[in-house]
Amino acid sequence: MDLNFTKEENAFRDEVRDFFRKNVPADTKKKLIEGRKLDKADIVNWQRILNKKGWAVPNWPKEYGGTGWTAVQKYIFLEELQRAPAPDPLPFGVSMVGPVIAAFGNEQQKKHFLPRIANIDDWWCQGFSEPGAGSDLAGLSTKAVREGDHWIINGQKTWTTLAQYADWIFVLARTDFKAKKQEGISFILCDMKTPGITVRPIQLIDGGKEVNEVFFDNVKVPYENLVGQENRGWDYAKFLLGNERTGIARVGISKERIRRLKELAKLELSGGKPMMEDPRFRAKISQIEVELKALEMTQMRVVAAEGKRRDNKPDPASSILKIKGSEIQQTITDLLMEVVGPFALPFADEDDAGSNELPVGPDYAGPLAPNYFNYRKVSIYGGSNEIQKNIIAKAILGL
Amino acid sequence: MDFEFSEEQQLLKDSIEGLLGDKYGFEQRKKILESADGWSREIWKQFAELGILGLPFAEEHGGIGGGPVETMIVMETIGKALVLEPYLPTVVLAGGFIRHFGTDAQKNKYLPQIAEGKITGAFAHTERQSRYDLFDVKTTAKASGNGFTLDGAKSVVLNGDQADFIIVTARISGNPRDKDGLGLFIVDAKANGVSRRGYRTVDGLTAAEIQLSGVKVEADAVIGKPGTAYPLIEQIVDDGIAALCGEAVGVFSSLTESTTDYLRTRKQFGVNIGSFQVLQHRNVEMLIAAEQAKSMTFLATMMVNETNAVERRKTMAAAKTQIGRSAQFVGEQAIQLHGGIGMTMELKVGHWFKRATAIDIQFGDADYHLEQFGNMGGFETAAQGKE
Ligand SMILES: Cc1cc2nc3c(=O)[nH]c(=O)nc-3n(C[C@H](O)[C@H](O)[C@H](O)COP(=O)(O)OP(=O)(O)OC[C@H]3O[C@@H](n4cnc5c(N)ncnc54)[C@H](O)[C@@H]3O)c2cc1C
Ligand SMILES: Cc1cc2nc3c(=O)[nH]c(=O)nc-3n(C[C@H](O)[C@H](O)[C@H](O)COP(=O)(O)OP(=O)(O)OC[C@H]3O[C@@H](n4cnc5c(N)ncnc54)[C@H](O)[C@@H]3O)c2cc1C
Repeated sequence: MDLNFTKEENAFRDEVRDFFRKNVPADTKKKLIEGRKLDKADIVNWQRILNKKGWAVPNWPKEYGGTGWTAVQKYIFLEELQRAPAPDPLPFGVSMVGPVIAAFGNEQQKKHFLPRIANIDDWWCQGFSEPGAGSDLAGLSTKAVREGDHWIINGQKTWTTLAQYADWIFVLARTDFKAKKQEGISFILCDMKTPGITVRPIQLIDGGKEVNEVFFDNVKVPYENLVGQENRGWDYAKFLLGNERTGIARVGISKERIRRLKELAKLELSGGKPMMEDPRFRAKISQIEVELKALEMTQMRVVAAEGKRRDNKPDPASSILKIKGSEIQQTITDLLMEVVGPFALPFADEDDAGSNELPVGPDYAGPLAPNYFNYRKVSIYGGSNEIQKNIIAKAILGL
Repeated sequence: MDFEFSEEQQLLKDSIEGLLGDKYGFEQRKKILESADGWSREIWKQFAELGILGLPFAEEHGGIGGGPVETMIVMETIGKALVLEPYLPTVVLAGGFIRHFGTDAQKNKYLPQIAEGKITGAFAHTERQSRYDLFDVKTTAKASGNGFTLDGAKSVVLNGDQADFIIVTARISGNPRDKDGLGLFIVDAKANGVSRRGYRTVDGLTAAEIQLSGVKVEADAVIGKPGTAYPLIEQIVDDGIAALCGEAVGVFSSLTESTTDYLRTRKQFGVNIGSFQVLQHRNVEMLIAAEQAKSMTFLATMMVNETNAVERRKTMAAAKTQIGRSAQFVGEQAIQLHGGIGMTMELKVGHWFKRATAIDIQFGDADYHLEQFGNMGGFETAAQGKE
């Protein structure tokens, strides 16, 4: 048993940290520290910096641009990226559709799409969830019917994150109406400019509009945009959802947020003294730090085990990382809101915070309440925490 | 980074589990619990034969030179089997002071005898007013002749009733809550002026109130430099905390697993109660709390030999906080999910719960350590300026 990183791993950490220190654009970093939303240019710009360095798609097979890093190196990379802080790469291309195309796509799809994803020449969004199909995703009802060389798609997707920027969407659609529900689904790529696609923004409780409804009305898509085989889409979807294992705990982000929290807790007063000296508030920070350290160690245990695994099945222990990681992130956003007291109250609309309106109170207060509201999402998406508990009960406890 | 045990470590684990599997079943343990001593000299002898009573000691002192990971392995097994024998007070605490800070003469005198199972020890530190503060010592040590005279009272001393020798903390100078001025003394339990009142603690272990009235110790019974004992006390208590974390891991995994087993077999409403999702999720939450505790135990174990005392203390405080929180949650839920039968002494689950509760309290509970952790600044430093 040895919890130390090797000399090579530490050298790798230094290299990565140094790169992030020198290369994250200053205004992007500032937005992340302040908890403000990134715009499209921030994300595209950063992805291209990574791509130039050869670090755009570490998890992909080497032949398509992957780095061939060990599980530990990938873990270090992500941890350093998050704590820099630097933007998480847009997951829909890099972590979702990219690996699916690399594993199941045809040569032409690989050649065309993969380099464009690595360089974010195409912005992808994820068309899985529907009004009637959330946790029970296999119950989806969007349909794709073959007509000659084309699919005709009808239906509705929802919660589609950042579809307003998207060039492409990958869609799960029902293609066999008689089969069992998991066995009649196909995985199809759609150009967002195709006639019949309409995007309607949805405003979330933080005031922002990061998700959308996407309507498909007789959308005509070339047949060859099918990935892999017809009616095997559920397998690919499971592969996709199981792919994003390291980093699911977002330990690096939480560490960075705690440093921010402590900074603000020194600036804000309570009873005439810095919040940081208030024993009750400090105990709350300490409690979350202890839980985060435990989570970090749990994550290292999962990463170390992953390095030894031969199969590519998701480790059910990663459900523990998702549950604890999301709970910790949520608690931190709560404490960050608490730290500014009444100045958490302005404004109703996130877009006003620090942009259209002059700040009220300290200039850092604006995004804190919206972040608290926004982060309720992390225990809902990516398999809700209740679903994760079902997975653990079945796969680990055998109940 | 590697969380697996070496071959030797696995062998050690297997041999203790083998012994306890044979000799420490629920009924066998019950007999030991109900015996006059409250623990078994017979089992103790077998621990000696396995080599675990000298586990951390050097070979020249009859030990096998094991490190913190080996101690963790032993303690986890102790937690699973709910061993009543005084391993922690003898080997980790009393033995630890002598092993780390004793003179050659002290090591030669005590360590081989501990390793052979001939003597047991205790660490007498807590006092009526001290709660968990390690520097709060009123018991006095006055220089007399070439030694000291000890006066005072110690409370809840684990194995204090039966130990052959007792490591006593006492104040040589300064005010009751000063960190300076403390001394460590090896006291023969049969020395004049030592009186002991033994009893059982809630978890069935044995402890004692110890009165020291004009107890004379010679210069050769002093550990370390008189007056500078405080960091030594901290270090051994940290060893103790790490060991206790190891024991907790055994207790929590047992509580979680026995609950899962019960959910799988108990039928109500015509089905296994494990089919109710509300109970499944609760059991999952127990598992998560147990795993988080295990993770912190690994970290604490790795920090036992850390030379930067602040970093070491901080990690131990964090680990003990996590252990305490998990102890309460896992323990209470295990009882709840067992229903009425969980309330009885007839199932091991209640015994584990009581040990978990004691583990939280020993060396300071979760709230105490949370505060200590915060006072030491936590793990992350505040960001510098709004860039
Ligand atoms: C901000 C945000 C962004 C998103 N982005 C995308 C995206 O880009 N693309 C995309 O396809 N989807 C996206 N989603 C959708 C997300 O994956 C779903 O919200 C999620 O799968 C849950 O589905 P639902 O919202 O329909 O809730 P439901 O499935 O209706 O769940 C409601 C409640 O019931 C619980 N529940 C459901 N089933 C069970 C069960 N079997 N046992 C116990 N409890 C259960 C849930 O945990 C939840 O608490 C996003 C969601 C959010 C909030
Ligand atoms: C101290 C004590 C005194 C008592 N005194 C008396 C007395 O004087 N007379 C008398 O008749 N009885 C008495 N009882 C019995 C008491 O009423 C039962 O313990 C109680 O009904 C629970 O039943 P059980 O113990 O068999 O647990 P179980 O019913 O087996 O329950 C085990 C666990 O499963 C849960 N569970 C069970 N069914 C469901 C479900 N459908 N959904 C979700 N969770 C479920 C329970 O909440 C519990 O956590 C006493 C019990 C105790 C502990």
